Amino acid sequence: MLSAADVRAAAQSRIRWELLANLIRKDLKVKYKNSTLGFLWSLANPLLYLVVFDLVFTQFLRNNVPYFAVMFMSGLLVWNFFNLSTLSATGVVVGSANLVRKVRFPRVVLPLASVGFAGVHFVLQMLVFFVFLLAFYRDFIGPQLVLLVPALVVALLFTTGMALLVSALNVRYRDVEHLLEIVLLAWFWLTPIVYPVSFVQARLVPKHLFWIFMANPMTAVVTSIQRAIYRHPVVVSDGKVVQVLATDGYAFYLKWLGVAGAISLVLLALGTLVFRRMEADFAEEL
Amino acid sequence: MPEAVIAAEGAGKRFLIHHQRATSLKERLLQTRRSQAEEFWALRDIDLRISGGETVGLIGANGSGKSTLLKLLAGILAPSAGSVKVRGRVASLLELGAGFNGELTGRENIYLNASILGLSRREINRNFDSIVEFSGLEQFIDNQVKHYSSGQYVRLGFAIAVHVDPDILLVDEVLAVGDEAFQAKCLAKITEFQERGCTILFVTHALDLVPRLCSRGLVLDHGRVLHDGDALEATERLRSLLGTAADQSGGAGADASSLRIGGLRLVDPAAPSAYKGEFRIGEALLAEVDVQVGPQAPPLAAVRVVVTGPADVPMWVMDAEEVRFEPNTSRTVRFLVKELPPIQGIFALAVALREPDGRALDARRFGEAFRVIGSSEHGLVEVAWSIEGTEEEQGAKSSASRRPRAAGDRGRR
Repeated sequence: MLSAADVRAAAQSRIRWELLANLIRKDLKVKYKNSTLGFLWSLANPLLYLVVFDLVFTQFLRNNVPYFAVMFMSGLLVWNFFNLSTLSATGVVVGSANLVRKVRFPRVVLPLASVGFAGVHFVLQMLVFFVFLLAFYRDFIGPQLVLLVPALVVALLFTTGMALLVSALNVRYRDVEHLLEIVLLAWFWLTPIVYPVSFVQARLVPKHLFWIFMANPMTAVVTSIQRAIYRHPVVVSDGKVVQVLATDGYAFYLKWLGVAGAISLVLLALGTLVFRRMEADFAEEL
Repeated sequence: MPEAVIAAEGAGKRFLIHHQRATSLKERLLQTRRSQAEEFWALRDIDLRISGGETVGLIGANGSGKSTLLKLLAGILAPSAGSVKVRGRVASLLELGAGFNGELTGRENIYLNASILGLSRREINRNFDSIVEFSGLEQFIDNQVKHYSSGQYVRLGFAIAVHVDPDILLVDEVLAVGDEAFQAKCLAKITEFQERGCTILFVTHALDLVPRLCSRGLVLDHGRVLHDGDALEATERLRSLLGTAADQSGGAGADASSLRIGGLRLVDPAAPSAYKGEFRIGEALLAEVDVQVGPQAPPLAAVRVVVTGPADVPMWVMDAEEVRFEPNTSRTVRFLVKELPPIQGIFALAVALREPDGRALDARRFGEAFRVIGSSEHGLVEVAWSIEGTEEEQGAKSSASRRPRAAGDRGRR
C-alpha cells in the first residue's frame, strides 16, 4: 500500500511534467538572457540556410524545383528539431555533472528537456513558416495536412529514443559527441531535404535498393511533411513537368511512416533500457 | 517498534580505480585484455535500520565512507552489493546550491532547484516567501546568482533544501559554512525538524555536536560500522580511533531555556569540599555534575557520563536515568566510583543530558579531568604478577617470585 511518504518519495524519482517544463524554461531563459533580439535569433539559422541553399540550388546548380523554398523548409525545420535535440542531449548529462553527482532527481528528464527545448524552437519556427505560407503559398491548405500528425509523432518518438541513447552513452564514451557531429552531417545529406526524393527514386542505380534509402526514419518523416505542406508530387513549371515528391498516394507515406514508427519504438525501448542501466553509474562516471 | 524508514542490508559500495580508464570507444574496442582495475570497497556489509524520528550522527575519519553512505541513502549512488531501502521524501544537504544556474536570478533558481528537489509548483508558491526570508536575501532575490557571494549562494541553497519538507534529512558537513548567526539558524532548523518527527542523518567532523544533537551515533571506519549506539560513546570511540582528545567547551549552542551542563567537580567522597585532580588506584571518586535548569526544562532527564581512559578508549559509562529537575534551579548529580580500576593515566569525562526519549539536550567533554596513579611508572595497568622459574629444564620449579615493584597489596581492598 502506498503511504503519503511513498507518494512524496516518488516525486523525487519519477518524471514530472512540471520539472520538465521548468528545465526547458531554464534552458530557454539562459539561452536568450541578455540578448536583445532573444528568440528571433532562433529564426536566423533556418533563414540563413534558406537564403544560401536557395541561392546555390536554384541559381547555381539549377535543380529546377519550383517553390524550392517551401520544399526545403518543410524538411529543414523538422531536421533541425532532430539535430538540435540529439546534439544537446549528447552533452546534457555531462553538462549537468554537479547536479547529477549531488542531487537525487529523475535523471531522464535531462535528455527529455533537450528534446523539449528543441521542440519549443520547432513549434515557433513552424508557426512563422505557416505565416509565410499563408502569405505566399496558400496552396498548402488542404486535407493532406493531416499527414503532419503521424509524421510529427514519429519524429518525436525517434528523436526521444535517440536523445535517451546518446545522452547515456556519452557519459561513458565521450567519443559519441564527436562521432555524432560527423554522423549527423552525413545523415542530413542522405535525407531528402535539399534535393527532392524523386531524384533518388529516378537515379539510384540499383533501383531495388530504394527501400534502404526510405528505411531512414527521418526520410519517412521529411517526405511525409513535404507531401503535407508542399503538397504536389508533380509540378508543371515553365512548361516543364517536374516530379518532386515520390508519389501522390498516401499509402506510400503511411507505409514508410509505419516502418519508421516501428524503428522509433525499438530505439525508444533501447534508449530507455540503456539509460536505466547506465543511470546508476552516472554519479561515479562524471 | 517504529517502522524503519532507512534499511540497509549488507550494503556495500565498490569503486573501480582504473589506472587508465577506457573513456573512449576506441580504447574500449581495442582493449583486448580486461582493464586493470583495482577494486576498492568504500563501504562494506553495512546493516542499518533507522526508525522514523531518530537523529543519527554519522562520524568517522576522512575516507571512512561517510559521504558514500549518505549518497547511497540519498539515491545518488547505487549499492554494488546488498540493498538500501529508504521510505519517504529525502532532502539532502550534501552540496548546497548544486544545480543553481548562475545566469538565472535567485527567484528563478528557487523555482528550478525546488522543482528538481521534488516540490510541486503549488508547494513552491506556498513556501516562496519563507525561503527568501530564511535565506535573508530579500534584496538580492532578483539578482543573478552569479553575482552572489559564496555565503549567499549556500544560504539560498540551504533555505531551499530545508523547505523541501522532508521525511528524511541527510546533512553532510554543511554547518561548516556560513557565519555564526546562520549556523545557529541551521541548528535551530535541525532541532525543528527533530521535533516534527523527521529522521535526520548527520555527517560531521564537529564531534561535540553529535551528542548534543543526536540520539544515536554511528562510527564508520574503513567502510565498516565500528560502533552503532549511544552518541556520546560513539564520539569517544572515534576520538580513541583518531587519537584526539581535545577538551571542548561545549554547551555553547545548547538552548539556555532548557537544561545545561554547568560544570564538573571531582572530589574525594571522604572530603567532598576539596577538589581533587589526582587519585590512586583503588581509591573512591565522586563526580559532581552541575546542571543548570532553565525555565523550559523537561521535568525528567537522563544524565550520562562516559569515562575515557588514557588510551582514549571509553572505559565505563555511568547513567542516571530519570533525574527530576525543577525549572529555574540548578542541581548537582553525583556519581560515586567506589573503587578506581587498576589503570593509571589521565582520564577524560564526557557528560550528556538527554530527555527520556533520547533527544539530546546538552553535552560537554572534560579532557584531562583527573589522573590516576599507581605504584609503577611503567605501563598502563597494574597487574599482580610473579616470575615462575628461570631454568630451562622442564619441570623445575622456581623459587623466585616477584611482585610488582612497590607493593601491589595496596591494589585491592
